[in-house]
This record gives sequence, structure tokens and C-alpha cells, in this order.
Amino acid sequence: MAPRPTDLLTLTREGLYCPPGDFHIDPVRPVPRALITHGHADHARAGHGAVLATPETLRIMAVRYGEEFCRTRQEARLGEAIRMGGVTVRFHPAGHVLGSAQVAIEQGGCRIVNSGDYKRARDPTCLGFEVVPCDVFITEATFGLPVFRHPVARDEVRKLLDSVRLFPERTHIVGAYALGKAQRVMALLREEGFSDPIYLHGAMEKLTDLYRREGIPLGETIKVVAAERPKLGGRIVICPPSAIQDLWSRKFPDPVTSFASGWMQVRARARQKGVELPLIVSDHSDWDDLCRTIRDTGAAEVWVTHGQEDALVHWCGTQGIKAKPLHMLGYGDEGEAEPEPQEPAGTSTAGPPAAESAA
Amino acid sequence: MNDFAHLLDRLAYEPRRNAKLRLLQDFFRHTPDPDRGYALAAMTGSLSFREAKPGLIRGLVEERVDPVLFRMSHNYVGDLAEATALIWPKPDGTTPGPGHNNPPVPTLSEVVEALGTIGKGELPARLAAWLDALDETGRWALLKLITGELRVGVSARLAKTAVASLGGHEADAVEEVWHGLAAPYRELFAWVEGRAGPPESINPAPFRPPMLSHPIEEEADLDKLDADAFSAEWKWDGIRVQLAGGRDRDGKQVQKIYSRTGEDITGAFPDLAEAITFAGALDGELLILREARVQSFNVLQQRLNRKAVTPKLLQDFPAHVRAYDLLAEGGDDLRPLPFGERRARLETFVAGLDHARIDLSPLVPFADWHALAAARADPASVGAGPDADAIEGVMLKRLTSPYQPGRPKGPWWKWKREPYLVDAVMMYAQRGHGKRSSFYSDYTFGVWREAPDGAEELVPVGKAYHGFTDEELGKLDRYVRNHTTKRFGPVREVEYGVAKGLVLEIAFEGVQRSTRHKSGVAMRFPRVSRIRWDKPTAEADRIDVLERILARGEKEVHPGREIAE
Repeated sequence: MAPRPTDLLTLTREGLYCPPGDFHIDPVRPVPRALITHGHADHARAGHGAVLATPETLRIMAVRYGEEFCRTRQEARLGEAIRMGGVTVRFHPAGHVLGSAQVAIEQGGCRIVNSGDYKRARDPTCLGFEVVPCDVFITEATFGLPVFRHPVARDEVRKLLDSVRLFPERTHIVGAYALGKAQRVMALLREEGFSDPIYLHGAMEKLTDLYRREGIPLGETIKVVAAERPKLGGRIVICPPSAIQDLWSRKFPDPVTSFASGWMQVRARARQKGVELPLIVSDHSDWDDLCRTIRDTGAAEVWVTHGQEDALVHWCGTQGIKAKPLHMLGYGDEGEAEPEPQEPAGTSTAGPPAAESAA
Repeated sequence: MNDFAHLLDRLAYEPRRNAKLRLLQDFFRHTPDPDRGYALAAMTGSLSFREAKPGLIRGLVEERVDPVLFRMSHNYVGDLAEATALIWPKPDGTTPGPGHNNPPVPTLSEVVEALGTIGKGELPARLAAWLDALDETGRWALLKLITGELRVGVSARLAKTAVASLGGHEADAVEEVWHGLAAPYRELFAWVEGRAGPPESINPAPFRPPMLSHPIEEEADLDKLDADAFSAEWKWDGIRVQLAGGRDRDGKQVQKIYSRTGEDITGAFPDLAEAITFAGALDGELLILREARVQSFNVLQQRLNRKAVTPKLLQDFPAHVRAYDLLAEGGDDLRPLPFGERRARLETFVAGLDHARIDLSPLVPFADWHALAAARADPASVGAGPDADAIEGVMLKRLTSPYQPGRPKGPWWKWKREPYLVDAVMMYAQRGHGKRSSFYSDYTFGVWREAPDGAEELVPVGKAYHGFTDEELGKLDRYVRNHTTKRFGPVREVEYGVAKGLVLEIAFEGVQRSTRHKSGVAMRFPRVSRIRWDKPTAEADRIDVLERILARGEKEVHPGREIAE
């Protein structure tokens, strides 16, 4: 008899836990055995005992946290069956960032797939998402509202190049997450024939070098030297999102501030961040792709980890698919996912006090 | 429509005036008639058509999208037009790409012309067809347009500046002919592009762009000026208006009241419009007079803030004009004449009108700058009498100056009364916009008052974002970053209290009641006049200072007191 899905995966303080296999997936606290879907800091943390992940993800973790980020590590090759206690696990590409993978857990004819974060849109810097048929599909819902329909990323990058042509004397500063988004933007710029050097904030360097070592062509990149900033008119500079409005950005000539993120689809959100050139480039699935993927997996049941769970759960209901939100904490949305070196996270997002609205 | 929409989208994100101007010029240069004309009309608020109600739009969406999902989305996005534009599904059976039976993308002209003619019953189907044909940005702009919420950070003036610049003209040249024209402004574009002469104004009561003055910053500025060459008059604390009258082709009297920016505000002042029985144009200050006494700006504001013009409003807040220039008389344009001559004609003209709503702004006689300084400091001493509180300084006009639109340097000067000053404590700081987006440049400040528990507390009374130099801004920014206690998105709370914090000396022009401020008061034109790095916060001012100023401004209110609140 097939086991119940809740016997294979349960929710604990640390995150999703598989009792028959005795491991966690993307735990938010240190655990003895962890399976890691991808290298973003909210999913891949240091301090676990044994870590199983794709070779790329292991190398990303080593670059971020040092070689000692866990006691023992094991490489998961894509598609290979790995026996963990009473269950079999397999890693399949998720299309989110370099090395990102879904984790499929199987026992006695029941298969649960935890997608981690994923996208279906084309990305020259990582393998494309692979549909894995399953009984239970665990999905994120970062952009889980039907207002999110991401345009083709190539057209967004063309917007950036158009602006560089219209304002050739100004520096274009593009905020992008250091892992994945930054390199995807660079690769897309190269595909559009942009051959000038791309200037990088110091926080982008290590991971960009890693991508290059992994064989992804990104063209010439130059680290921004503080004293050189006033001379970078007409250049494209990529930096962490927190830096676009920081002291650091002031010394560029009349900068155009840009931000590559799925959130840029909502005008108020872009304006609130002071962005002048919003680029809707997302490493998550938009609404249509979330729905399409759920249907493609053929899952009879869907668990939603984080994001805009309610809308996606409601939609599953209208499709006759059983669904529940997991309300998992500790996983940021795209806006807050990456630790930002300049400004500590955890600042309140509440509005200013009432008196502020005056004058 | 899509081109116009993308222009609006870019403009909405662009904080820099010059960059906005570049985007507008580029659009007007490359967009054909009549679309660019309708775009200009949309941006100058000159379109009128049947607006769509939010309920209609919601209904259209909910026919196509699960209402639960739409409500969640609307809550998340916050803006109906944007949520609708984003969520609107692709029409059934069509695939994007050329050659198929995609609905044709409407032009802006088609939209505007259709909105002007179609009946209420046809609107939903027409709107749905347009939404099907447009892209997301196009849908957003269309919905903003037809719900009457097209606010994209472009003033009518900036749009006219962009059009004028196509032909190397100033914006005032466009203003001059503007009120005789209507969308889609073909004659206007033909003229700025050099394909035709200036449009003939058929308007019998056109707007004439006003002449503006430069401020006298300090008394030393006066040393360079010859007192004998100038005439002085009071600077009234009202709103600048132009009264224009004339007869149309049918011999009917046309009465127009224009604001300083050329906005037609006749509808808001029917009591004053009645007084325009003449042919010509008067430049003057709109004031509320009660029993021949000029009321403070606070009182005027109570009339300005009203949407509906009721008989009671007209009775309690009677509008007057105190005239100080005559721009046209009969068919004659007097603007080329020197001020001295215009003034003489004005005096005769106003005397001839003999209308209780229009009087003459008196000249202030003075022998030398010292005498004028004394008059400015105490207007009541030189004949301003009980009107002195409504005077905010003196105006100097060179006797030989013709009336030149814009702000020419030299002929006219304004010498404002000393501002009020208050020492306040910085409480919050917010990032600025555009070039200042990386600086904490907008400061909310507070003064002391007694808290309900009897302790002393700081209460926010206003916000200031100018008055300091770039160098001072750098220091203030550093101060904010080093003394932050809390963050709220783009706003930071800084240290403040009896023993810590930074005192800012704030200059301002007056105090008004405010329901939006916790303190109940709001300042007019607050700015940082000095940064008091040296001053302990305990010595900052108390709210009483502001309340005293407020009481002084309100004491004339008597008849309208109950409608004031």
C-alpha cells in the first residue's frame, strides 16, 4: 500500500523533514542531514552536518561560506537515484539559478516533488526546468497572483540598451541579486550584442567568477574602483539592489537607477524603491507558469511553501486539485531573499508614522 | 495609443525635469497629427468626455477573471487601473503575432473621439475591445485616461514648453494663443514646425502669461537699484489672477478668470465673474473682503478648498480683486507701454468700473529704500490700516518696464516680509527624489508640547526639504545615517529627545489648521533656514509659538467660523 504523503514529508521548526529518510530539505536552522535545492542564502545555510546537493550548489555554498560550510558533503547527479534510509531521492533541474534542482522523494509508489524555487522562462546561465510527474507537488508562490505575467527577459534587456542609447552620458546602475540574476542579465546583454565591459560592484565578483569557472560566458567584467566612478558615464554597472540608492551610487555621473526583478511589474513597488528604469526580469515562475507547471506534473495534491499562497491554493480548488498552504517562514520573496552586504535585512516595512503623511 | 502609453510610463518613472522634457519633445516630434494633439490635450487637462466609473471596469474584469483572484490582486496592487491592466487576459482564440485576426490597436484619436460620441450603453463593449487590443502599458494608460486619473508628473506648463521648443519658442508663446485653440491643436503644431503662421486667436477674452518678479534676498541687493526709478505697492497674500472680458462674434459678453498658470477658474468664482463687464484684461490679486477688510490667506483657503460653490460660500467668502496692472483695454494691447503709463490707465479704468468687487491696489509712497524698509516692516504705519495682516511684503516695479511674460531679471522685484522662525527638532528623514535619491533630504521636524501624561514630548509639525546648500545636505545626510533609530522603508527615524537630537531653525510664511497633522497645525512654505548644530534640543520651541501665529491669522474669521471646521 502506498504511504500517505504526510508520512514522507512533515513540517518541523527547521523546515520540511522526511522521517523515513531522516533528512531535511532547505532547513532554516542547522540539522544533521540536509538536502539543498539551490544556493540562495535563505535555502542554503551553513552549519549542517551532511549536505546533499548538486555539484554546482555545493561549489556556490563553498564560495559563500568557505570550504567548511558543513561536515560532509555529497554530490547529487541529476536524475540519479539515491537511497536515503527508506526512500529514494532524485534531483532534477529547476531552472532557477545555476545548480538549482527540484528534489523528488519516492517510496512505495508515492512520489513527492519539492520544486524549491523554479522558473520556466529561458535562462542562458542554467539548465531548464524539467517536469517530473508526481502525486504531490510542492511549489513556491512568490509571484502567485494573476497580475504577474512576466514579459520576455530579452525585451527587458533591450529596454536597458535603449536607455543607454538615449542617455549616453549617464551611468546605468542595475540592481540585481548577486547569485543568478546578475549573471543572467550579463548573459542576456551579451546575447543582444552588447560587447562593452560590464562594471561590477565588489559584492558581485566572487559569484561571477564562479559562473565563469562553470563555463558560462559573460564577456569582460571589471570591478568598479571607487575613484573611477565619475568616469563611468555611458557604462552599465551591476550591483546588489541595496546599493542602487546607497552612498556608493552617488559618485557616478547622473546615474539612471534600474532594478532587475519580477517585482518591477508593479509600478508602486518600483517607485517606492526609487527605480527609474524597472526591468521585469524574474528567476521565479509567473502566474501562468505556476498554473501550467501544476497541471503538467499531474499532481493530485499541491502544497504551497511561501509567497502569495492564498491565490494559488484558491486556483487549485477551482481546478479540482487538493491544495494547502504551508505558511513556511524564513524563505524570503525575491525582494528580500539575498543577504545584502550594505544594509542588514530585517528592517520594518511598515509605513512611517501617521504624522509623516502630512506636509 | 501604445506610443502615448509608453511615453506616460516613462514619464511616471522619470524624476528629472530636463529628461521629461526630452521624452516629451521626442514624442511630439515623432508622433503624427492628430494623435500628438490629443496627447497634449490629455496632459494639459483639456479633454472632456464621459468618464468610466470604477464599477464598470470591475464588472468587465470579473466577466473574464475569477472575481476572488481579481479581488486578491487588486488588494495587492492597490490601484484599480493597474491591477486591471495586468490581469486582463488575452482575448480567446487569438494568438499574439501578426497576420491573425487580432483586434486592431486603437489610436489615441480614435479613443478620444469615440469617448466623446458613444452612448453610455456602448461604453463597456467598446472599452473591452480596446483592452483586448492593447498591451499592458496601453491598457494601464487607457484606464487612467478614462477614469480621469491621468497623473504622470507632467504639468500642463511642461507639456507646452516641450511643444513650444519644437519651434524654438518659449512656453509663453504657446500660452498666448492657447485659449483660442482646441484639441487636436493642428494649427499649433503647424506653427511651431514653421509650416504656418501663429494661430489666430478668436478668443475675445484670452489668457495673457503673467509677468513675474525676482526676490530681493537681502537689503544689500537694493544698493544696486535706484529708488527713483521704481514704484512700490503692497504684495498681497492672496492668489494672482487675471480678469479678462470681451464680446464674442454674437456680441455676447465673455467673462474669464485665469489663474497664474493659465487655468480657467471662472467656474469657481461666479461672484467675481459677474464684475467682468468690461473689454480688456486686469492683472490682480484675488482676496476675500469682509466689510471692506482684506481677510488672511487662511480665510481665502477655506473658499479655495471647496468643490461645490454654494450660495452660502459666496456669501461668507466674497471674492474680490485688487487690481495692479492693466494688460489690455478695449482692443488695445497695453503690455508694450511702460509701467508708469499703464498704471495711470489702470487708475482711470478701475475708477470707471466703479464695481464693489474690483478695487485698486494702492501705491506705497517712499522717499528712499530706508523709508520703504520701514513700510515693509510695519505696513499699518503707512496707510495699509487693518489690511496689514494680509500683506506679505512689497513689490517694486520699474516705472519704465513693459509687461513681459515670464520672469525677466531686473524690472520687477518682490521684497517679502521677514518669515516667521521656529526652532524645531529633526524627527524623521526621508530619501529625496531624482538626483537626491541617495540622500536623506526631506526632514520631518517637531516642537515640544505637553503630553497627556504631563511629560514633555515632541510632536511633528511639518516637513522641509530645501533651504540648505549641497554641502549642508551632505552633512545632514551623514547625521541621519549616523543617528538612525528605526527604519520604515524609505524613512528613517532619528534620535530625538530632551538630551539628544538636532535642532533645525525653520523659516515659514504662516500657520494653518490641519487635520492631517497630529499637532493640528501646518506651516506654509517651511524650509530650513539654519542648522543649529550648537543648540540643545531642550531649548527648541514649543507648540504655543505656532498656535499664537495661528490665532492671529484666524481672528478675522468671525462670520465663517462654523463653516471653517
